[in-house]
Amino acid sequence: MRFLRRLLTRALNFITRRSEDQRLREEIDQHIALQTAENLRAGMSPIEARRQAILKFGAVEAIREDYHAEQGLPFFETLLQDLRFAIRMLAKSPGFSVIAILTLGLGIGATTAIFSLVDATLLHPLPYPHPEELVRIEDDLPGAGAADAGISIPEFKDLQRSGIFQYLVLEIFGSANLTGVSQPSRMQYEGVSPPYFAMLGVKPELGQTFDPQDQTPGFSLDVVISDGLWKRAFGSDPHIVGRSLRVDNDLYRVIGVMPPGFRDPGRTVGERNTEQWAALGFSDDQARASNRSLRLPLETVGRLNPGLTVAAAQGQLDALVASLRKQFPGDYPPESKWTVRLVPLKENVVGNVRQSLILLLGAVALVLLIGCVNVANLLLARASARSREMAVRQALGAARKRLVRQLLTESLLLSLLGGVAGFVILFCIKGFLLRLIPESLPRLNDLSINLSMMLFALAVSIAAGVTFGLAPASQAGRLNLASTLRVEGRGSKGSTEQARTRRVLVVTEFALSLVLMVAAGLLLRSFWDLYKAPLGFNPQHVMSVQLWLPSPNDPKTDMYGTAAQEAVFARELLRRSRLLPGVREAALGAEPSIPLHHDRNLSALIVEGRQTQSNQPPMVERSQVTPEYFHLLEIPVLRGRLFNDGDDENAPPVAVINEAMARTYWRGEDPLGKRLKVGRGRAGVGQGASKTWITIVGVVADARTESLANPSIPQIYLSLYQETPKELAIFLRGDLNASAIPEEVRAMVQSVNPELPVYGAQTLDDAVSASLEQRRFSMDIVAAFAITALLLAALGIYGVISYIVSERTQEIGIRLALGARRGTILQMVLRQGLGLAMAGAGLGLVGSVIVSHLMAGLLYGIMPTDPLTFVGVTLVLTCVALAACYVPARRAMRVDPMVALHYE
Amino acid sequence: MKQKQDVRQGTLALMVLKTLDVLGSQHGFGIARRIEQISGDLLAVNQGTLYPVLLKLEQEGAIASEWGASENNRRARFYRLTRVGHKQLETETREWEQTTAIIARFFEIKAGDLP
Repeated sequence: MRFLRRLLTRALNFITRRSEDQRLREEIDQHIALQTAENLRAGMSPIEARRQAILKFGAVEAIREDYHAEQGLPFFETLLQDLRFAIRMLAKSPGFSVIAILTLGLGIGATTAIFSLVDATLLHPLPYPHPEELVRIEDDLPGAGAADAGISIPEFKDLQRSGIFQYLVLEIFGSANLTGVSQPSRMQYEGVSPPYFAMLGVKPELGQTFDPQDQTPGFSLDVVISDGLWKRAFGSDPHIVGRSLRVDNDLYRVIGVMPPGFRDPGRTVGERNTEQWAALGFSDDQARASNRSLRLPLETVGRLNPGLTVAAAQGQLDALVASLRKQFPGDYPPESKWTVRLVPLKENVVGNVRQSLILLLGAVALVLLIGCVNVANLLLARASARSREMAVRQALGAARKRLVRQLLTESLLLSLLGGVAGFVILFCIKGFLLRLIPESLPRLNDLSINLSMMLFALAVSIAAGVTFGLAPASQAGRLNLASTLRVEGRGSKGSTEQARTRRVLVVTEFALSLVLMVAAGLLLRSFWDLYKAPLGFNPQHVMSVQLWLPSPNDPKTDMYGTAAQEAVFARELLRRSRLLPGVREAALGAEPSIPLHHDRNLSALIVEGRQTQSNQPPMVERSQVTPEYFHLLEIPVLRGRLFNDGDDENAPPVAVINEAMARTYWRGEDPLGKRLKVGRGRAGVGQGASKTWITIVGVVADARTESLANPSIPQIYLSLYQETPKELAIFLRGDLNASAIPEEVRAMVQSVNPELPVYGAQTLDDAVSASLEQRRFSMDIVAAFAITALLLAALGIYGVISYIVSERTQEIGIRLALGARRGTILQMVLRQGLGLAMAGAGLGLVGSVIVSHLMAGLLYGIMPTDPLTFVGVTLVLTCVALAACYVPARRAMRVDPMVALHYE
Repeated sequence: MKQKQDVRQGTLALMVLKTLDVLGSQHGFGIARRIEQISGDLLAVNQGTLYPVLLKLEQEGAIASEWGASENNRRARFYRLTRVGHKQLETETREWEQTTAIIARFFEIKAGDLP
């Protein structure tokens, strides 16, 4: 209390600059007068009386200083004084100041930008209240080789009763046709248990969401739509609540609109772009409801009870699972090893980008560090010019602590100005930066310049200021007065210690940039390998356009319910597609047959005559295509035959597999003629498995149609005329006009059926580069950072060598006068620069080996210790170092001995 | 060295408070002389150090000051104890007595007295 009161008064005095000097002076005068009078009474002479009074009072100046310090806030006063001085110093050398501030500004700006990305994705991935309570619940059957195998209804009810979860929700993602609005379109929907929004803790912008207590069986006809859909399809109609819309021909009623920033916490871009949510309930099917081994193709998410950590909840869950396994040994055979796993929901967002983002953050931190080292170097150079000033001030009685403090104030001012510059730069190019971020980089948050970023930039600035300010400041503190003043008097510069520090800094700089360049080099090599990898199909001159046949809840309204009905439609589509301008070939396929399409379509596989363990068969990629598909994409057939027009619903079902599948399941055997069954979706074979055996008639070569990085994913193709998909893709090859095709195909499809949405037109070339975009993003950024680092390091070594040359001018002059050849001088200087570069490269190589192993997961096709990259980067760095040294080295070579010696 | 000064400043502050408590309103010189009389040579050399202490006490609110006329009819700053100051004096006196009592007991005990 007392302390606070005193502090407050002092702060007020400081702010109002109130000074009571006058009062103190008067009091001192009065004190001395009274003491003098007393001394006089004691019998001293007037002069002696006054002298004694003054002596007794003590050192007036010291007391006045104490008094002053007591009155105000000396810390801040000194700070202000130092700041004023620092500003004057910076203004005196504008070139230095601008370079330093810009270097730091770029570093801090880039660090802040990357940090905001990390903040939005890794640190705050889920923009919902108490995100740490949200989990995904995955059922694993490791014994059967199945992860995330889906949940059965009794298990779900067990979990609900377990007391672990506040809310438990089932969800299923899909897409559907939206009609009954101006233009039919396709949209992403999600079926969710009613407590979904209550679980997320998000309120709608308009209307309401589902009643968390709702127990209605089956699909409810109420839907909640996204802000985007509301604006796009309904023109932001304020009376939207209660309006109806048709989804796959079924009539739904809108009950609410979500707020603009809301995004679904799904795992893929598609899932996160969900535009419509429908309430999902269990159907009244008793058989399904009581079968524990019937796993639903649904995902389970939940919110843990408050205060329960994921680990603690997992412990309780393990106990529950153990008791259930004991209770139902028939449903959970020990060999299936059924377990239930809790995964924090944030993994949906951060799971596959954590490594890339950490790499980016590390890279940008290195650039900032290199920038700091450069500024430290500049400051040191300046400090050597100012060492005389420092020595004089110290000789006049300035405390070392005081000088160090002043130098630190200067560097902090520099870095804070750099921080401001960085922020300004960031603010100006924010829009541009946002466009650089690939859409596949998951984020549910909007990136924005906010308080936490400002605090981060401030913290980084202060850390940077202290980092690069310490070296010069500590040197000023250790200045040897006598020698500095003596040496300075003779006009020479700097001390050996300063030179050593500067060399150490340059070596550090080189080591750091080598690490960055190796990282960039490895990413570049991986990217290049991926880019150059033979695709196995030819994407050139091919476009794909998607459409979706509705699958209404009422089978009677389904126009395309049977294979025969759909085959007629498909053949008509193909016939009309071939008539489009420029089209030479056309084919149809299911959506998963689109090369590099992100949604995977794993299906259970049963091979005739082979035992499948438990109820968890192996999974393969499945898609349906028309006979023209393989020729259009130029995927060659290796054995047997491809489909033909006769493989329709009346013919025996046939399949074509790829080499990878043949290798995986029929190693050393001939797959032709083998028979199999495939299921729909990832659930057990019980649902939707084909009823009759399918015969393998052909094997095609492997193509990277699923993933550029993995050429051998087992795939099975079925004849589209026999197995009818709802989600279709039209493939066109020819001299296509990419901008006209979407409209032409839309008109063509809608001339067959005006209710069908047409969307997703793309050239396959675009699809290929889009699937590289996230890699390209991190590679571009790391490469940009590496180049920046290289330039900074070159500047650094240039500065140091120039400095060394100017320091040794006399020596060089003497050498020349004594007959040294100029070539030798050049070599001598270059050797010195090369020595620094080599030392840096050596250190950097050690660091690179560590870093490259940490980023092994981001590499493709090369070892983390790829010798070509390491050697190449070291060579580049050495060349740059030599080039940077060459300029000062030439200057050294041209030193005129006469001038150099006269200089002395 | 710094510590010694702190202790002295604290002691000095307590002396100032006690002096004002006994003498009532008093100017700087009066306080200094009184402390000198009682303490012997503690303040003999550096009477001036009193003034920063007075300012500190005033900023803490323990004392208040105003201009008045001194015995030689010149303007002088007179200090007096405030209510806060009285309370502070009471607590600090108590603490001081406790401390000295404890220290005194330590000095009284000889090695033979220990059980």
